[in-house]
Amino acid sequence: MLAEYTGAVVILAVALVLASALLGIHLLVGPRRSFAEKDEPFECGERPIVSPHQRFSVKFYIVAMLFILFDVEAVFMYPWGALFTELGWFGFVEMLTFVAVLAGGLAYVWMKGALEW
Amino acid sequence: MEVLLPVVLKTLFIIGVAVGAFAPVITWIERKQSAVMQDRIGANRADIAGITVLGLLHPLADVIKLLTKEDVVPAGANRVMHMLAPVIAAVPAIASFAVIPYGGIYQFGDTTVNLVVADLDWGLLYVFAIASIATYGTVIAGWASNNNWSLLGSLRASAQMISYEVTMGLSVVGVFMVFQTLRLTDMGVAQDSTFRIFGFLEHFGLVESLGFLGHLTLPSWGILLQPLGFIMFLTCVMAENKRAPFDLPEGESEIIAGYFLEYSGMRFGLFYMSEFIEVVVIAALMTAIFLGGWSIPWLSQADIIGGITPVFGAGVATALCMVLHVVTFFVKVIVMIWLQMQIRWTLPRPRYDQVMDLCWKVMLPLSLANILVTGLVILLIQGAKS
Repeated sequence: MLAEYTGAVVILAVALVLASALLGIHLLVGPRRSFAEKDEPFECGERPIVSPHQRFSVKFYIVAMLFILFDVEAVFMYPWGALFTELGWFGFVEMLTFVAVLAGGLAYVWMKGALEW
Repeated sequence: MEVLLPVVLKTLFIIGVAVGAFAPVITWIERKQSAVMQDRIGANRADIAGITVLGLLHPLADVIKLLTKEDVVPAGANRVMHMLAPVIAAVPAIASFAVIPYGGIYQFGDTTVNLVVADLDWGLLYVFAIASIATYGTVIAGWASNNNWSLLGSLRASAQMISYEVTMGLSVVGVFMVFQTLRLTDMGVAQDSTFRIFGFLEHFGLVESLGFLGHLTLPSWGILLQPLGFIMFLTCVMAENKRAPFDLPEGESEIIAGYFLEYSGMRFGLFYMSEFIEVVVIAALMTAIFLGGWSIPWLSQADIIGGITPVFGAGVATALCMVLHVVTFFVKVIVMIWLQMQIRWTLPRPRYDQVMDLCWKVMLPLSLANILVTGLVILLIQGAKS
């Protein structure tokens, strides 16, 4: 049972080794001449006057909430899709009800203007 | 040990081909194809002792240059996160190859050879799970750089990537319903067959009247059974990869280079590399799901092996069929890479609101409709059969 996962672990390990080896070689080979002006964050030649590490209005949080909503729906559909012919008409009507509720939700956020930018 | 050795060999093969050969060559194809499309000469300068080999040495020059550049970390940046972000972006891209079958299942006497690194029965879900980790890489990169442009880029990236993840998941549900599986090897086996174009007319007793048309067959590939799913899934995975026309997180003209603005040398190189590896992942995934995987149209595995066994014997015939299938798979991958390059150099970059509208207002309702129509058609065909 767990034998199936050896491949996934092996490829993950190889990928990690590959990425860290490239970074390691770069650390060894690359030159190092740092001074204050070079280390400054790039802001088109100006000195940064606003630090990015402070509070900012994230308009994108609505998208994140909608994502959670609809991604749960998507995950629910995978096993249903894989068993579709066995479930037959019963499964189809069940999913139709489920999608109708969610489509209602989508219509609601759409009308409320949550999808406008 | 008997378990580990074939797994390690298969891993080294797919990583060697995809990351070692395909990814560098794609950087060359990107330059050459854009040059051809824009009527320029293109990459042809890098040379060893005057030999340029059509510019094929450019990827090599890239690696040397990226490795020997200074590693600049801006003042005030979070050094640990700044270092980790490119690794988090690159590792999932490589690890996605674990479940992609580049060949079928073959019997050599008692031993079964299955050309996939990890044959998980929730295969496609593994790809989605691993690929969504890459989102963290871009968001952390923008946050850790202590740069306003980077932060804007990573905010754009986060909203774009999670939005398209929803439609990406929903646009392939139709494929699960058609093939009744999430396992990519099973999808490949299912696509190694044909269906009659007018087969559904049989239930009305009309096939006979069509004559030879009634016997016309098509390979039962995902692209023919789920054409809308193919287009939507391709759009979503290209948006996930953040390459043009969906490169708003980079947006050179507005936010300089977005989330990897403060990256130099090989740290930038890892972001760059992971984008090109993802092009190969997308091509391989599209091939496995929609383009019949390793199968040759109208020639099933049994036909091939049965056809050449009298000449070479069963063992050699199976081996030949295996080689043929692996070559077929990579030919299809090359076609899909070409298609992505063509799209990348043809379409301009849309505005951000247009990208989000396409996802939430067009593709989400369309993918739900696709699922319902697919379900209805499957049930009607089933009902007619019974």
